[in-house]
Amino acid sequence: MNKILIYTHHQEESLSSGAKEVLAFGSRLASVTEGTVEAVLVGVKPTAGAKEAISYGASKVYTVCNPLLAEYQVDLYADSLYTVFQQSGADVLLLSFDRTGKDLAGRLATRLGASAITEVTDFRTEGSKLTWVRPIYGDKALGEYSTSRKKVVVGIRQKSQDQAVPDSTRTGEIIEVNYSVPEEKVLTKLVVKIQSALSDIRLEDANIIVSGGRGLGGPEGFQELQALAELLGGTVGASRAACDAGWVPSNLQVGQTGAVVAPDLYIAVGISGASQHLAGITSAKTVVAINSDPEAPIFKRANLGVIADYKTVIPALTEKLKKVLV
Amino acid sequence: MHIVVCLKHVLDPEIKPRYFQIDPETNRPDYGDNDMVLDSFAENALELAIQLRDKTPGATVTAICLGDESSEEVLRRALAFTANAAVRVWDSEWENLDGQAVGHILAQTIKTLGGAELVLTGYQASDIEEALVGPVMAEELGIPCVTLVSDLELADDSVKSTCEAEGGYTVVSVPFPAVFTIISSETNVPRLPKVKDIRLARSKSISLFEAEDTDLDKERCQPGVRLERAYVLNRDVNCEILSGSEGTVLADELIDKLLTLKIF
Ligand SMILES: Cc1cc2nc3c(=O)[nH]c(=O)nc-3n(C[C@H](O)[C@H](O)[C@H](O)COP(=O)(O)OP(=O)(O)OC[C@H]3O[C@@H](n4cnc5c(N)ncnc54)[C@H](O)[C@@H]3O)c2cc1C
Ligand SMILES: Nc1ncnc2c1ncn2[C@@H]1O[C@H](COP(=O)(O)O)[C@@H](O)[C@H]1O
Repeated sequence: MNKILIYTHHQEESLSSGAKEVLAFGSRLASVTEGTVEAVLVGVKPTAGAKEAISYGASKVYTVCNPLLAEYQVDLYADSLYTVFQQSGADVLLLSFDRTGKDLAGRLATRLGASAITEVTDFRTEGSKLTWVRPIYGDKALGEYSTSRKKVVVGIRQKSQDQAVPDSTRTGEIIEVNYSVPEEKVLTKLVVKIQSALSDIRLEDANIIVSGGRGLGGPEGFQELQALAELLGGTVGASRAACDAGWVPSNLQVGQTGAVVAPDLYIAVGISGASQHLAGITSAKTVVAINSDPEAPIFKRANLGVIADYKTVIPALTEKLKKVLV
Repeated sequence: MHIVVCLKHVLDPEIKPRYFQIDPETNRPDYGDNDMVLDSFAENALELAIQLRDKTPGATVTAICLGDESSEEVLRRALAFTANAAVRVWDSEWENLDGQAVGHILAQTIKTLGGAELVLTGYQASDIEEALVGPVMAEELGIPCVTLVSDLELADDSVKSTCEAEGGYTVVSVPFPAVFTIISSETNVPRLPKVKDIRLARSKSISLFEAEDTDLDKERCQPGVRLERAYVLNRDVNCEILSGSEGTVLADELIDKLLTLKIF
């Protein structure tokens, strides 16, 4: 594992939080395996991002610059990352398994003839043997995987790493890669991008989240949760069952396939606590469960449990909080 | 138009953690046949495939599953959803395939079937959750892949897909043929098959493709990753259950607790 190349996705002028996590993971891996960390950025002219990557520990940064790369475009990003990986002679490609990583990891691994492993949260070494650790079976278990090919593409699970502390005194080389955009390769075209206006606070950034599940019985229950959330200065989340029922939009979904959140307080109302839901709240500090079934698995994750019909508790809670919080 | 949907037979993801165990010999969960189901996002993909076919004159749906004989039940389910054909791909020599190997074999199977305009998969299987098979197949077939798709709309020579994006969604357009990895949404909630269709499905045939029936690359059928060890995670927290039974009392208790924790 000598040479680690990290794809660092950036938005506007700065690295994405996923990219920073992967840089932290890569630095940790490099220090154990005595390897080097290099990064690659794709964009119009991602110099600021490149400098940031250096401050997070990259010793060399490749920048693929072209005005046509301003917006993320899967075919071109895959092609340019493939080119840089080959040029860099790296052994490992690390990327955040975020929205873009999910497009790119499988394609790149196959194109490179590399092994692919996704949703990785950690690694282990035993002598010279390296294994990748990831949750399996909806977070019910952990698996340790070895790889059989010379090269490997590794997708790091979002929100699984502590972000490293940047050090602006670090130095590194920035290499602009000569890449002529093969326009004929552009097959996937963006028609429109809709930013959801429903919630002002992004779930990922919220300090307090009041989340509802199938136990709410319908969209009306979410209005009660909304009132409570507003009072607490928080925001509303939901389980997949509630989203699939159409009670709330799918971007409110918390869990393995939804938002991975890290609030100080997470109130789960009428949510059973399936492992796929819990996968989204592993970093929540205090979890309160309100559920009528004392056997619900959510009580195994919650710090405080309220066994009751939510309809008797939520309105009382909101009323009383109004008095406490003014 | 030929629509292929790829279905995986998986351990029921809703299985309660307390019944979930891993056999240290095989590194696989201990389970009986009853605990196996059709992967849930693949079921959303199946529902969408059938809806698209019904809107498109002349279109057909083929369901493909790579799995041993027990996985025929997911193909029966697809037939009960009124899929036009079902193909099971299996060879006793295949062991511990990973997403890349599965992607290669499925892609070659699709070629053998004469190709497809639309290939639909679940976004991620509910057992190992690699989220690889769709993009790998696209790469193998040399066609575009759109991931995290909640809905599709067909035009003459292209497809518009609604995809999940950070903080909202995007609509992207790709030409045929292409692969789409499907997530659940209000529009692809799996139907309840009609009793008549379930009965009809029982008598329909399922084709079997073995290794020699498709043009496979031996090297690509080898897994690139190997599970060395697996163990159950225990994340249980000691939960303090509030004692009251009246809603108002419980609300008071909860507020007190949260105030002592200095959350607000
Ligand atoms: C691959 C995969 C990925 C998934 N990803 C996610 C994900 O990201 N997020 C997610 O949430 N799920 C996800 N799921 C689905 C998950 O397995 C569960 O099906 C889902 O979380 C269940 O939602 P729920 O808890 O709202 O519903 P249920 O499991 O039906 O639970 C409802 C709960 O409400 C309680 N209840 C009922 N009435 C009341 C009342 N009046 N007052 C109080 N409580 C009441 C019940 O006791 C029950 O515990 C995923 C599944 C798969 C297979
Ligand atoms: N053995 C298989 N047979 C058919 N389809 C599969 C198989 N494995 C995975 N898939 C498809 O690929 C999707 C993603 O699976 P994965 O990449 O394993 O997370 C699943 O939802 C299925 O649609």
